[in-house]
Amino acid sequence: MNETANSRPAQSARAAAAAGVTAARSDALNPARIAIRGLDFFYGTNQALKGINLDLPAQQVTGMIGPSGCGKSTLLRVLNRMYSLYPGQRAEGEVLMDGQNLLAPEIDMNALRSRIGMVFQKPTPFPMSVYDNIAFGVKLHEQLSRSAMDERVEWSLTRAALWDEAKDRLSGSAMGLSGGQQQRLCIARSIAVRPEVILLDEPTSALDPISTLKVEELIDELKRDFTIAIVTHNMQQAARCADQVAFFYLGEMVEVAPAAQLFTAPKQRRTQEYITGRFG
Amino acid sequence: MSEAQHIVKSYGQELQLLRGLMTAMGGIVENQVALATDAILHGDAGVATRAVELDLQVDAQEREAEQLVIRMLALRQPMANDLRQIVGAMKITAAMERIGDYAKNIARRSIVLGEHRLPFSLAGIANMSRLVQANLKLVIDAIGENDATKARQAWQADLAIDEIYNSIFRELITYMMEDARNITPCTHLLFIAKNLERIGDHATNIAEHVHYAVTGEPLREERPKSDGSAFAGARLPDDMDPS
Amino acid sequence: MSGATLTGLPPKDSAAASRLGRRRRRRDRVMTGLAIISTVLGLLFLVSILFTLFWRGLQAMGPQVFTEVTRPPGSGGGLLNAIIGTVIQVGLGTVIGTPVGILVGTYLAEYARGSRLGNAVRFVSDVLLSAPSILIGLFVYQLLVLPFGGFSGIAGAVALAIIIIPIVVRTTEDMLQLIPNTLREAVMGLGSPKWKMITLICYRSVMSGLITGVLLGIARIAGETAPLLFTSLGNLTWSVSLTQAMSSLPLTIYAYAGSPYEDWVSLAWTGALLITVSVLLLNIIARIVLRKA
Repeated sequence: MNETANSRPAQSARAAAAAGVTAARSDALNPARIAIRGLDFFYGTNQALKGINLDLPAQQVTGMIGPSGCGKSTLLRVLNRMYSLYPGQRAEGEVLMDGQNLLAPEIDMNALRSRIGMVFQKPTPFPMSVYDNIAFGVKLHEQLSRSAMDERVEWSLTRAALWDEAKDRLSGSAMGLSGGQQQRLCIARSIAVRPEVILLDEPTSALDPISTLKVEELIDELKRDFTIAIVTHNMQQAARCADQVAFFYLGEMVEVAPAAQLFTAPKQRRTQEYITGRFG
Repeated sequence: MSEAQHIVKSYGQELQLLRGLMTAMGGIVENQVALATDAILHGDAGVATRAVELDLQVDAQEREAEQLVIRMLALRQPMANDLRQIVGAMKITAAMERIGDYAKNIARRSIVLGEHRLPFSLAGIANMSRLVQANLKLVIDAIGENDATKARQAWQADLAIDEIYNSIFRELITYMMEDARNITPCTHLLFIAKNLERIGDHATNIAEHVHYAVTGEPLREERPKSDGSAFAGARLPDDMDPS
Repeated sequence: MSGATLTGLPPKDSAAASRLGRRRRRRDRVMTGLAIISTVLGLLFLVSILFTLFWRGLQAMGPQVFTEVTRPPGSGGGLLNAIIGTVIQVGLGTVIGTPVGILVGTYLAEYARGSRLGNAVRFVSDVLLSAPSILIGLFVYQLLVLPFGGFSGIAGAVALAIIIIPIVVRTTEDMLQLIPNTLREAVMGLGSPKWKMITLICYRSVMSGLITGVLLGIARIAGETAPLLFTSLGNLTWSVSLTQAMSSLPLTIYAYAGSPYEDWVSLAWTGALLITVSVLLLNIIARIVLRKA
């Protein structure tokens, strides 16, 4: 916690502790786990990101908001280099993690993606059993005994708040799960690989409100172990989940601030107009 | 400060309605304070009654504003400046309701005061009331125009009111020491001055809310409150406030 | 509260609307009538073909069709050599053609999207799909019959393989294209190499589609006559040697149906019935497999 005893975050943290709240968000941000510096991104000749500078604080949630096509999803796809699957897309600048530039050509992309997991908008269960869905990713990077794999599957399903619902149907097809369960399975699948960073690309836009809340609660749980970035169209969701929120517009990052600050008193006019629904 | 329109028009209309409620309410309490002051200075019981009756209207408007605020919080999930405006409106209307109460209190005392002969002038009280009313008008203008500069001006002007209050306090104590028959009217006048001072404080609070709602910056750091030892004898604790 | 004042438009003319409605209903009835007549006509042809096929085909049907080889006219005999020949050539053609077709389809869908080479390959494959099959027969004749000095079962199988390849290419590519990119990204996002993504996830998720494609391909080549004319030629005696001319059902039908002998013509109808029924069965199986997915 902050050394200056009278600073407001410290006070509210004390108040939260007094009220028995343990996971209260404060405005204090942790040191960066990933540092994005001067990032430009191009789809062919079309520039989709312009000079982005952004820190993803460790063990905290960074929310990314902005209108469609503002570049927020593109930024996520740069972080795990998903863009390099497609010809004609290129990134310039630096994405630093442990002092290493993730955009460097010599980076082993499979190893990178085991460190930076991703969950997508629509649930993407693989056409196999619940168990195999999780084992698939683990087997790519580790050789585990049967019992160690069982343990890993249980661990990740538990962390994804799916174990109770799925433990009796591990050998059943993952396609038989509900949409919300499938999405939590996808989250379990990516944390089973034990990444350091998890990227969530509108993870609840295809889910009903209750499933959405479950995923949001899960995000809150997961940030103890992982650094999380979430792209969302739902500002209330960013307000509920994120410690830090970044607003993107037309490929630029207009403003980044602790969530409470951005949603109560944004500094930039464009941010304010967007989050209050006064755009255009 | 011209601002882009809300995409949802009815939301913008509700915000306007809320602002309208605040300025209308401000107008009434302004009027209440003016009537109450008139009642003291001219000993007019009819004017005093009107000031007291207006309070019902103020209370009704406060309830209406509160309903609207709760409704908007639930249905619109406001953010940023909208959120600050709406939450601010709730606090501002509550402060106005208090101002109305103080004005009512002053008007009631003017009726008692009318039964006494005063061997001294009420110029100090008149002066203080003028300042309070000017400040109140400034702060209500700030609400209507969304003007942070006016809010800051009103906030700073409270210093002068505090100083006048202090001098009236000493003056009235002097009158009471001179002649024991002055004790009853002077005690009432003391409470009246205190009430005017509280109205000034609430106007200051409103100014703070307006400033925060407009700019997002709180107005607390360099508050020009000369709360030194010179005023120690002049301030009543709030829980002893007779209003 | 009338609609006109709310929208600022003139009120609806309900008489005009009902006139329009009557005219539309009349046209609708005419179109429906034409469609029904065409359907009935088409079905009539189909039913009459099937009826004739079963009527004539069942006359010579019996156990000897499956147990005896073809004999000279008037001495009975069955179609055993033709059935076995067709099974061998179609089976071999499928075994050769399917892996090639699947790999080409995979290349087109997974590796060559939008690339010039990919577009060229896709174009050639589509041309091959609609090329007259006798052309394929001629090609294999030049390639495998002339240089090796004779008609052979293997040449027939190769000709059939060439026909099945573009069918499998098309279904494989179409099926893989149906996989949403997000599934691919989800697999790659776990740090999977591309070949594992294709073999472990993509194939698995379109397995039923692939099986259907192969089954329909088999159904198609089982009835082919022209490519076999120049390659395996047909053989009226028992032979399962791949280097010799080999019998097959379509060729036997071709030879028997045009003969002046009553019993041969009858056997030709039986052969036609066999092919039709097995193609029908393959189609039904394909549908069941696809529905299960």
